[in-house]
Amino acid sequence: MSALRLTLAALLASAAAPAFADDFAVTNATLAIGDGSAPIQNGTVVVRAGKVVAAGAGVAVPAGVRVIDAQGQWVTPGLVVAVTDLGLRDVEAVDDSNDTEADKSPFSAALDIAAAINPDDLPIQVARAGGVTRSAVAPLDTSGIFAGQGAVIDLGTDPDAVTAARAFQYVELGETGAQKAGGGRVAVQAALRNAFAEARELARRGGGQGADPRVQDAAPERPGDALLNRFDAAALVPVVTGKQPLYAHVERAADIRMALGLKREFPALKLVLVGATEGWMAAKELAAAGVPVLATPLNDLPDRFEQIGATQSNVGRMAAAGVKVSLGAFFDQPRYAPQYAGNLVALAKLPGASGLTWGQALASITSGPAEALGMGDKFGSLKAGRAGDVVIWDGDPLEASSGVVRVFIDGVEQSLSNHQTRLRDRYKVPVEGALPKAYEW
Amino acid sequence: MRASRLLAAAAALSLVLGGTGAGQAKDKDKKADNPAVSFNKNPYPSTYKPYPGQPVLITGATVYDGKGGQIERGQVLLKDGKVAAVAGAMADMAVPANALRIDGTGKYVTPGIIDVHSHLGVYPSPGVQAHSDGNESTDPTTPEVWAEHSVWPHDPGFSRALANGGVTSLQVLPGSANLIGGRSAVLKNVYARTVQGMKFPGAPYGLKMACGENPKRVYGGKGRMPSTRMGNFAVNRMTWIKAQEYRRKRDAGKLESRDLAMETLAGVLDGEIKIQNHCYRADEMALVLDMAREFGYKVSAFHHAVEAYKIGDLLKAGDVCSAVWADWWGFKMESLDAIPENAGILYKAGACVVIHSDDANGIQRLNQEAAKAQGDARRAGIVISDGEVIRWLTLNAAKAIGVDQQTGSLDAGKMGDVVLWNANPLSTYARPEKVWIDGALLYDAQNPKLRPVSDFELGQSGEGDVK
Repeated sequence: MSALRLTLAALLASAAAPAFADDFAVTNATLAIGDGSAPIQNGTVVVRAGKVVAAGAGVAVPAGVRVIDAQGQWVTPGLVVAVTDLGLRDVEAVDDSNDTEADKSPFSAALDIAAAINPDDLPIQVARAGGVTRSAVAPLDTSGIFAGQGAVIDLGTDPDAVTAARAFQYVELGETGAQKAGGGRVAVQAALRNAFAEARELARRGGGQGADPRVQDAAPERPGDALLNRFDAAALVPVVTGKQPLYAHVERAADIRMALGLKREFPALKLVLVGATEGWMAAKELAAAGVPVLATPLNDLPDRFEQIGATQSNVGRMAAAGVKVSLGAFFDQPRYAPQYAGNLVALAKLPGASGLTWGQALASITSGPAEALGMGDKFGSLKAGRAGDVVIWDGDPLEASSGVVRVFIDGVEQSLSNHQTRLRDRYKVPVEGALPKAYEW
Repeated sequence: MRASRLLAAAAALSLVLGGTGAGQAKDKDKKADNPAVSFNKNPYPSTYKPYPGQPVLITGATVYDGKGGQIERGQVLLKDGKVAAVAGAMADMAVPANALRIDGTGKYVTPGIIDVHSHLGVYPSPGVQAHSDGNESTDPTTPEVWAEHSVWPHDPGFSRALANGGVTSLQVLPGSANLIGGRSAVLKNVYARTVQGMKFPGAPYGLKMACGENPKRVYGGKGRMPSTRMGNFAVNRMTWIKAQEYRRKRDAGKLESRDLAMETLAGVLDGEIKIQNHCYRADEMALVLDMAREFGYKVSAFHHAVEAYKIGDLLKAGDVCSAVWADWWGFKMESLDAIPENAGILYKAGACVVIHSDDANGIQRLNQEAAKAQGDARRAGIVISDGEVIRWLTLNAAKAIGVDQQTGSLDAGKMGDVVLWNANPLSTYARPEKVWIDGALLYDAQNPKLRPVSDFELGQSGEGDVK
């Protein structure tokens, strides 16, 4: 893990200090730390120089620090949603605005989405207004099984969105991968092993090194029968040497076991499993392997044959078995994360079902994904030393009817205004006044 | 209009009953001999029969009556498959001796949830190509297709909607690739061997229409009309003109053969078939309202209607419901102006609000969608009572699909479609505890055997699992 942290630190695109980080304390809060613990009454969180310095009950507010009285409202860490397409599109179905597809590119593993992230895009603004402060962004659709290198971003209004570029590689190992690889899972397995073998070969020859392994002066020669282009092979060197985590999308239990088996063959792999609809059927193996899982939260339909065993109790059962499971990869709006987490709390009361405690549920959308990203010491909870990502809510954040009141990222208060709020304000009274609506702004 | 509807209804009834008695035979006009007129309007009739149920008395629960009302510590009596009575704690009820008494203290009762926009059965799980039966996208207008001929009654999604969403009735619609996509199927959410066994007895048909991006993209992409929004309207209007002409000929006894497409459109003009119109943008909805006036039909509900908040006054004046999501947004150009306050602003304008799903997952959480819309409205200064919000998923939904006389509220005599929730359904933490359909207990969270398992799931991983 520490190697990973070092790598990530080295990869920090621009860890610019927040422009207007303000020292502040939120007092009188119903405070949830995000580490799995239950919320506490009358809590205080203190943020200085963009970082949390203390949070809990009976925390003293240092002199000279601005005090925000929450008046009993709920305070949580900012939400962390792993595997989204935030920053990659404005309108999904408008291809010109959508950078989530690169299936006509000759590259796959080499693709680095950090350069495509647009911190001004509308979904980032809307997700921010929903309390989402960090995300792991992954490319989705390439010509191969590798979907390229994802990034970790913050959702602040400043132009520096990327916290960590090339933070992980993403691979499709199930039905989707089978289509990409040539029509079946056997093709996936061959494509994967060949890719890893070529990357190892390249590494042995001294290739794939440096901050961006794709771009290397005096790059070594490669065998004439190499299938991967140089860029893709070089991008996989950090994966096979364990310097960059590999996010593997798998759904069915057999594919989960197959993915875990890769660790025996390639011991350096740092695996994170994504999706894992049938994770409950392989929960013991997942727990024993200690592999983090970013599970799609409420799949309960056999939408694909690889999801026949789908049940909303999946996450609860994995958690009960000791799997490091968090929520992610729902490819809906990231602001739905609290609703999904709240549903898992509801399941805990349902006879025969498995869910999460409230504290676990909040952790599954805050500290849990941060830890899966290897960045649990940087953000995702209100423990001392974490980023000053703080959200104030007008009710229990896991209740669908609750909403966000204020959002801080790295200690900087964020604007919650966006296209939707502007429309709301214009059309609260739908009929025109003295002038057309276009003059009301 | 009203008189013509009554006449049409009477004609339909006599045809359904196969009715030309001896007395009538003398008077029969040319119409009755004409196969284009005297056809069976209900050739695939519902065979749904309520399952047996014991009388039930729920006491001590908070009751949302579906009409906007809320009764604390209420009593709900189900008997003979119907709602027999709903009253406060003190009321004296004639409770049958064999009634099952359920202490509902701390729990909540609502009418069965109704989804007016589902593709369960026509786009079932698993979502494989072989199951893709929701869109006859080979022609921009296909009023001749009927969704009931695509419904797979073994879609696992029906059980999820029941157990997790408390859904007791639903309208299954064709997709929105076509301008005119075909007839809807209104179903009771009860598994059967046949779709006829699921059909809601007496429910009118709906006709799916669609505005905007989908039709022009699908057919424009095939190099045919429509490829623009003006093309959409032109094709619609040309089609309605044909339907008017067909209807005139029919009424004049001049039709020589049947025309499935025209029969459906004439049914709309007769007021028997309800228009369910997929439409996102406010400007297009306003044009559709004029088109409906131009040709003499009524739009029952705009579906999706993400910009309905911009024209709440027009929608109220037109007596059109808007079936909306709470906060879907940004997935296509015409959804870019969706706002989470849509339902709230519409409600404030006095227009009819319905929360719909259009989604096999969303149908399991319509109550939460409503709660989100309620919360977003509240933050915009529009306070809406819980009871009124529940109406969006019950009576308003029933009205939009034309079954509000039979279900959608807890009025005595209506179908015994009832959900007992383990907490306030407007909380994320609530789940259905028991669901009755026509007075029969068809889901019970405490009884695994009352968890329906579709044919598809038998013998597969997770058979009978809690879902």
